[in-house]
Amino acid sequence: MQGTGPAVCLGDDIDTDVIIAGRYLRTKDRSVWAEHAFEDLDPTLAPRIRGAVIVAGRNMGCGSSREQAVVALREAGVVAVVAESFARIFFRNAVNVGLPVIEAAVSCTDGARIAFDLDNGWVEVDGVRYPVCPLSEKMVAILRAGGLAPYWRSSR
Amino acid sequence: MSTLSEAILGAPAGEYVDREVDIAFAHDGTGVLTREALREMGVEQLPHPDRLRLIFDHIVPANTGTTATLQAELREYARASGIALSDAGGGICHQVMSEGVVRPGMVVVGADSHTCTLGALGAFATGVGATDMAAIWASGGTWFRVPETIAIRLSGNLSGPADPKDLALAYVAKLGMEGATYRALEFVGDGAAGISMDGRLTLSNMAVETGAKTGIFYADAVTVRHLADYGTTVSPQVPEDCRYERTIEIDLDDIVPLVAVPHRVDTVREAEEVAGTPIDQVFVGTCTNGRYDDLARFARIVRGKKVAVRTLVIPASRSVLARAIADGILADIVDAGCTIGSPGCGPCLGAHMGVLGEGEVCLSTANRNFKNRMGVGGEIYLSSAATAAASALTGVITVPEAA
Ligand code: SF4
Repeated sequence: MQGTGPAVCLGDDIDTDVIIAGRYLRTKDRSVWAEHAFEDLDPTLAPRIRGAVIVAGRNMGCGSSREQAVVALREAGVVAVVAESFARIFFRNAVNVGLPVIEAAVSCTDGARIAFDLDNGWVEVDGVRYPVCPLSEKMVAILRAGGLAPYWRSSR
Repeated sequence: MSTLSEAILGAPAGEYVDREVDIAFAHDGTGVLTREALREMGVEQLPHPDRLRLIFDHIVPANTGTTATLQAELREYARASGIALSDAGGGICHQVMSEGVVRPGMVVVGADSHTCTLGALGAFATGVGATDMAAIWASGGTWFRVPETIAIRLSGNLSGPADPKDLALAYVAKLGMEGATYRALEFVGDGAAGISMDGRLTLSNMAVETGAKTGIFYADAVTVRHLADYGTTVSPQVPEDCRYERTIEIDLDDIVPLVAVPHRVDTVREAEEVAGTPIDQVFVGTCTNGRYDDLARFARIVRGKKVAVRTLVIPASRSVLARAIADGILADIVDAGCTIGSPGCGPCLGAHMGVLGEGEVCLSTANRNFKNRMGVGGEIYLSSAATAAASALTGVITVPEAA
């Protein structure tokens, strides 16, 4: 599984409340979450993450277990999330909704060109390659299927 | 020789295991997505509805027509699939599950990050997302990576005005917001025996604030007594010699009232250092500190006096509320000028009932003070119910007196 996109860089400890605030949870309309993603961090961010790779620091996605956070990013068109480390529920949720998550310590600035290959375990920033913490085969299979629900349907 | 998590999951740290779960619950927020995921997966029959629970707590009673409709659909789904439902006003999922449902040695998953709370009962309890929960409902189990364990070894006794919440803030500050990511916390040592079940639930509750998967206590005499109150007989769990990744020693006699300041739960100060900070609202409740011990402690401090700022008290469950009524402490709280909310999460997640306005400051007994969590532009300080009570009386952050 591969992908590419320009980097949008965030800091450490990005919590799921800032990814999608509690006040937007009361709906099943996914476009609402995409529209308000990161609103409390930077209201100009949501349109800029379409087609981009988010590059975060440590403890990405900490806090609430709300799956709306990863769905918001996926629906907003985020290609993948690269972070030095992830909060565990966010990480599991991302795989389950088909949003690639890549654990790697990379340094870059907004707009850097990110490319990744999960099968071969690397991520590149402007052509410089970094090793990544590999995903289990099952996780890659779930991602390739587009998430746990389609994976479930295809494996029954 | 195993840690408690290793013993319950049946494998050494680092291994992946497939395990049946004993209890799997979701609430009105995550349940909607779990239901959607089940639909997407094409699952109609659930193999073990008796192990599943739906608990309405996040926005109860419903605040808008949309919320009410989502809850009505979920209510109907519970009925049709044979899932026991705790409806609006029954209480917060973690509290309801602690009242005689979860037992030592169980594997418990909840579609809520604070499911680690139930580790207080000697269960391996952890939070998962809604789609994971759907797969668990559909199959009866899931995979876990058996976590490494960090021991929090407690000695001595809490004294003076210090509460279990102060101890919780102390260990969160020591570990930091990601100090225990992927790990389990195990609360051990002679000091653990002296902590009540309500206090243990507070301590286990905040484990996820350090990134931990669970925060677990060995079942002992306190656990046995607690479950006996709900008609359940259980045996204590005997700790084995085992290897911890690291051990943090805390002498309970050193604990003083603490406050987490905006916007990080691991930015913790002695209450004395921030004393005098003006507040606009006090909120006593949540799955961290909305239990009977908290309400009783709060009531003892405000009894016969009047609060100086708006103060919202929300019992964590109907049974906490009932006990507070029976013991007369609810009357003390109401007479002091506090507002009582129906059992549930209240304004904790910023969705309704007591949210903050721009620039307002709240002293809350909850577990998270993320930016804007209780309303855009609001600031949240976190403390024990005792510090909340002393501060409610003055309108500024105030160190409580000894219990
Ligand atoms: S009380 Fe707050 S932290 Fe606890 S389950 Fe409810 S929203 Fe989550």
